[in-house]
Amino acid sequence: MATTPRKSRPRAATRSAGALPHGLTAQQGRDMYRKMVQIRHFEDHAAEAYAQAKVGGFLHLYIGEEAVAVGAIAAAREDDHILGHYRDHGYALARGCDVKACMAELFGRETGICHGRGGSMHLADASRHFWGGHAIVGSHIPIGAGMAYAMQYREEPLVVLDFFGDGATGNGIFHEGLNMAALWNLPVVFICENNLYGMGATLAEESPVSDMMIKAEGYTMPAVQCDGMDVLSVYGAVQQAAEHCRSGKGPFFVEAMTYRFRGHSMADPELYRDKEEVRRWRELDPIPRFGDFLVQHRITSPQELAEVNEEVEAEMLEAVRFADSSPWPEPDTVDRWIYAKPIDPEASEETPSMAGDPAGAAT
Amino acid sequence: MAELTYREAVRSAMREEMRRDSRVILMGESITGYGGSYAVTKGLVEEFGPKRVMETPIAEAGIVGFAIGAAMGGLRPVAELMTVNFALLALDQIVNSAAKFHYMFGGQWSVPLVVRTVSGFGQLGPTHSQTFEGWFASVPGLKVVMPATPADAKGLLLSAIRDPDPVIFIEHSLLYSTKGEVPEEVDREVPIGRAAVVREGTDVTLAGYSRMLLQALHAAEVLEREDGVSCEVVDLRTLRPLDYPTVVGSVGRTHRLVLCGEDWRTGGFGGSLLSEIQDRSFDDLDAPIARVAMRDVPLPYSRRLEQQLIPGSQQIVDAVRRMS
Repeated sequence: MATTPRKSRPRAATRSAGALPHGLTAQQGRDMYRKMVQIRHFEDHAAEAYAQAKVGGFLHLYIGEEAVAVGAIAAAREDDHILGHYRDHGYALARGCDVKACMAELFGRETGICHGRGGSMHLADASRHFWGGHAIVGSHIPIGAGMAYAMQYREEPLVVLDFFGDGATGNGIFHEGLNMAALWNLPVVFICENNLYGMGATLAEESPVSDMMIKAEGYTMPAVQCDGMDVLSVYGAVQQAAEHCRSGKGPFFVEAMTYRFRGHSMADPELYRDKEEVRRWRELDPIPRFGDFLVQHRITSPQELAEVNEEVEAEMLEAVRFADSSPWPEPDTVDRWIYAKPIDPEASEETPSMAGDPAGAAT
Repeated sequence: MAELTYREAVRSAMREEMRRDSRVILMGESITGYGGSYAVTKGLVEEFGPKRVMETPIAEAGIVGFAIGAAMGGLRPVAELMTVNFALLALDQIVNSAAKFHYMFGGQWSVPLVVRTVSGFGQLGPTHSQTFEGWFASVPGLKVVMPATPADAKGLLLSAIRDPDPVIFIEHSLLYSTKGEVPEEVDREVPIGRAAVVREGTDVTLAGYSRMLLQALHAAEVLEREDGVSCEVVDLRTLRPLDYPTVVGSVGRTHRLVLCGEDWRTGGFGGSLLSEIQDRSFDDLDAPIARVAMRDVPLPYSRRLEQQLIPGSQQIVDAVRRMS
């Protein structure tokens, strides 16, 4: 079982000051750092609000996995499409969704990004091409393939990023989605966040192989594994994958080796893993790791990083204040949005008799 | 008017919409060279090509999930699931994805998807002879239609394809070869959510849909001829949202109601329908509402056994005679 943290090769020593790999600018590097900090602080405040019973239901924190969402989404175009699973706060924030609206969604308020209808597991922002957190494991895999088909059909040069976990690869829908994407050569990047656990099941308990990228082989899909604790490693892998898709070569599979520092959800006593394993992975925390990298390359300074942390913390405090003081949805709006085109037979009179109309097609 | 079979009417609706709207695509198992398990899509790939008439792997959940994604990407997919029995494999995508997205994402987008599937039986055995419209009709967010005539099959499918919400369109294998007059003009939509009184009468209302509508019409003839009973027949056509005013109006005239379905008695669609009509029409009713449904038995292969289970006009006649 792969519980030993994988270290990516040190890349820092060979690079000159101020330069980032993969053609990234210094500003992009600083933005990626800020995004990871945003996610971390957002999750800390979400957990606190959950403990205060201001957030209900299920809450799945992305702490530890920030580099995956941030690196992958930074490597895509702003209008590329994103779908993710229920641990979805990271995708929303990495895509630039409104932080206050995301927090208000967790609080179940009308100002939430889905007006309090979806909650933590179902954030979405169509205006930013983020098509949701999906809470039935694997269900969004063929949906992403279908969106990619629509792009291919209209000859739009857009790519779909479809995020899921290692646990999803045990579900039939994963295989159906990959099969169709490969069969029809669709521009979709399947991004498997391999965090070593499907809820409480270890890799060894849920899969005959510990490297999920092997599962792409049967679909003749090119695949690459990257260090999910290193935002640059993820960026490079997804950049390569997206270019492949955009040039019409079909789907691509990226496996990001990562780890969630917290339990599966807030209710998880974490009986299935030992504290020493968690400690070892925490040493690979992607945020200080990338911060150190940026400082070493003189792209930023420790003072600037501290300022980022303070600014983000202030932003999150404001988001919590906003969410906590936002109005609840009005009770009489509970029926809204069941249908895009509601049809109410009660609103019309009894349908007139069409006895004698041979076509039976009276309108 | 042109006389078409039910099968031709369904095909003609798809052809018409595909000619009108380049966003409309079809997908399903063996729907190209084979022409579809019931030959409904025959000839369409020749006219529209494989990009718009997509041959799919045998993967019902994947097909519907894919179609949902295509709809979100701006297309108007019509996904064929070979029979409603196989639609169970896609139930998650239909219920948890298609029916939920507009609501749970706060109205940000809808899923303009049609799932065409087929109910029916005929020595097909226990796994291929089931009737599940009630399951779909119980889900807020879905629209469920089940046409009985070629004209309604065409008109309702046009409406379904143009509708911005997911529509479950259930055909019936025993209706495909039935014939009827169908308007030849384009754009003759039949609205979703409207039932129809297809035969007027004074003594009892028979309400049904799909194949059971034809059985009800036959029962009405028998009852008129042999018993002098005048039956009004209501074709529900859409199961969700259901046109209660038309049923309630009819019961107000006849004071008796027989609900005609072919799904299982326990949990079947007729049960919730009965409950609602009783609430609304209690003071109008001169007799308890009667219900024709399938006995709670898996449909066996043997013709001898199957025949005694399948509801038909005789059970409807018997139900009316028991009311007196």
